[in-house]
Amino acid sequence: MKAAILIQRWYRRYIARLEMRQRYTWNIFQSIEYAGEQDQLQLSSFFSFMLDNFTQLSGNGPGNKAITDFFPHSRLTNHEQIIVPESYNGPRLTFPLTVSQTDALLTAFKNQQQLHGRFVLQLLQETKKLLRQMPNVVYFSTPYAKEITICGDLHGRLDDLLLIFYKNGLPSAETPYVFNGDFVDRGKKSVEILILLFAYLLLYPDHMHLNRGNHEDHIMNLRYGFTKEVMQKYKTHGRDILKLIQEVFSLLPLATVIDNKVLVVHGGISDVTDLDFLRSIERHKVRTVMAKVCITAAVFKDCNMYFRRTIGIFILSLGSFSGYDTYWLEDNGSCSLVMTESWVSLLQKVVDLLWSDPKSQPGCRPNTFRGGGCYFGPDVTRRLLEKHALSLLIRSHECKREGYELCHDGQVITIFSASNYYEEGSNRGAYIKLGQELVPRFFQYQVSHTTRKLTLMQRVRVGEGSAVRALQEKLFAHRSELMAAFQHYDTSNSGCISVSEWAVVVESVLRMDLPWRTLRPRLARLAPDGMVEYQSCFEDMGPGQPIPQVSPNFAETLYRYRTDLEIIFNIIDKDHSGQISTEEFRQTWRLFSAHLGVEVDNKAIDDLARTMDFNKDGSIDFNEFLEAFRVVHKLDSKDQQEC
Amino acid sequence: MAEDKDSAEAIVSEVHRKISEAFDVFDHEFNKTVDVREIGTIIRSLGCFPSEGELHDIIAEIEEEEPTGYICFEKFLPTMTTVLMERRFRPIPEDLLLQAFEVLDQQKKGHLEPEELTKYLTQEGEPFTPEEMEEMMSAALDPDRNVIFYKDFVSMMSVDNHR
Repeated sequence: MKAAILIQRWYRRYIARLEMRQRYTWNIFQSIEYAGEQDQLQLSSFFSFMLDNFTQLSGNGPGNKAITDFFPHSRLTNHEQIIVPESYNGPRLTFPLTVSQTDALLTAFKNQQQLHGRFVLQLLQETKKLLRQMPNVVYFSTPYAKEITICGDLHGRLDDLLLIFYKNGLPSAETPYVFNGDFVDRGKKSVEILILLFAYLLLYPDHMHLNRGNHEDHIMNLRYGFTKEVMQKYKTHGRDILKLIQEVFSLLPLATVIDNKVLVVHGGISDVTDLDFLRSIERHKVRTVMAKVCITAAVFKDCNMYFRRTIGIFILSLGSFSGYDTYWLEDNGSCSLVMTESWVSLLQKVVDLLWSDPKSQPGCRPNTFRGGGCYFGPDVTRRLLEKHALSLLIRSHECKREGYELCHDGQVITIFSASNYYEEGSNRGAYIKLGQELVPRFFQYQVSHTTRKLTLMQRVRVGEGSAVRALQEKLFAHRSELMAAFQHYDTSNSGCISVSEWAVVVESVLRMDLPWRTLRPRLARLAPDGMVEYQSCFEDMGPGQPIPQVSPNFAETLYRYRTDLEIIFNIIDKDHSGQISTEEFRQTWRLFSAHLGVEVDNKAIDDLARTMDFNKDGSIDFNEFLEAFRVVHKLDSKDQQEC
Repeated sequence: MAEDKDSAEAIVSEVHRKISEAFDVFDHEFNKTVDVREIGTIIRSLGCFPSEGELHDIIAEIEEEEPTGYICFEKFLPTMTTVLMERRFRPIPEDLLLQAFEVLDQQKKGHLEPEELTKYLTQEGEPFTPEEMEEMMSAALDPDRNVIFYKDFVSMMSVDNHR
């Protein structure tokens, strides 16, 4: 019947348009996510730059002896001495843990309760003791007639973990689990997830396995929200908790092998991955992998001693040194921080495990998207699996629409367990069940906060709205550069340029490979003659609050580098108080702008510092400072929540 | 201003870029190939309304001699350019669509029962899969009265289509 065909044709075209929107929304989110991770590379190079302009850490240079003096490990505080008030009605942990205690934790977290800092510290301490006994690569066998469950990234989404436990059962001898890294950051319940995972680990050490992910790293945590979450939830004990967590993270095993056949690792592999080598390293020395470069330092005059010392201690932590692999060379009044080649090579191998992504192209090349690890092809996979007589590689690290994805001829499975990762409805989460025959079965789910099931159109609208908003922010943050380029094409000064020209400009300034022509209707208005009114790109966005008196250029730089500045401030603020001295503020800013090659008037910085020191006590609340330079959608009545 | 020839070239160039953009959105491996199953989506998102049969014809044209399951851009571009320049598979005007629904509504009730619509669309023409039917039903069904007010449905979908 002709009527039926017409309706079907029309509907299929409608659905295709929705799918297209869904897909490019996905591309936008991924682009922004990876652009953020690429900034890590920029940040690393910034730190190198800082070091290049550095002088001795203390009056008497340390030479090449015990650097450990600079780096006190968290003292074994007697956590039992911490007093828990009577009024606290959350779970009280005693060790060894029992099932009733883990049940109590589950109930507490479902009711939005928080575990008292003392118990968190004790839990972490016990976890540390247990993990120390574990090897770098954990080998175990599936128990007879039982299946093992493998989960991927959780990123602080407690709802997903609870859903998995509900659908699949709590961890036990009957229900063994592997959690493949990235438990924290981005989501708001990273602390709760860690507590649960570690509690079950202590309860069932033979049936619960945790792999380290690239977010189990305190530098990543500074940027992606975990540090902030801990400090907000634990005002008294946050610092100690973070220090202990740092140590626990570095003690997490790097990989798990099931039945000598299935390798489970967070990121992936490279052409130099060698399981035998990995088994032999001292993994706890790798606190963070964020600086795997050789750095040298010379003399820098303008920083005061305290500032230098602070940065220096941080840089050393970046090196995640041992007494012998990282050392200082003193020579004619300058200091060099050097890492041995073997140490660099070791760090590289660990990075490969935690950061790499599989691609269909054969070979192994650097992962330029992320700025760390590599892209590995099916030949690399085949070779490694053959070399170690393995049959399957299970990894996580990448968000997938269906929660999982196979590649490399079924030899590699990506498993991702945080549903709605980018936005409500963006993707499903999944977990794998593996029985004795080692044939994977996949289980998908999606946490929903609405009781009514959303139609495809509604899901697309929500996701797209979020993605477009994020793009608008980016446009705003690059406003002057974009305007300059637009005006270059607008020879008649009409305020309009062609769609083609608009797309070319946006792509070259933002350096994001997205379908700009397809996105244009969402981002800019057309004049009646079909040309783009380029100013309309910026109409919907604006500063969140009245900003202090600064030049537009300065403001824009602040908008653009807000996240980087946040990290740097967090680093300088060693006691995580949220305050830094105005002196430190000025020094940091000057260094930062010198590194970026941005012309900022010193007087402007001084004025800004003075303005931001609201109570005139010589310190700046940098969170307030950053708030002033947040971009918001003008149509929002209240502030948007940051991820 | 510009020569006619130049502006014609400029138009073709713009069309090429539009096609390239749409193609790239589905090119997951960044190697200028897409899964053949996504070709329908790409073509439709570029503004065309082919039927399933017409789609199969196009795919047959652009597939490799030994079908690999992938379509490469080099083959896709010339065919798609012709399709767009010749304005093939024109959009269905809203009133024509409405008429189609009215034909199905033989009793002129102004609405359709879910069973009626399901029967027509899953048995006649180029039948919907159960998934397609379910998705359309969830968007079209009025939850209170449990019928499909097709006039409202068509207008609602058309708003989105015009963007």
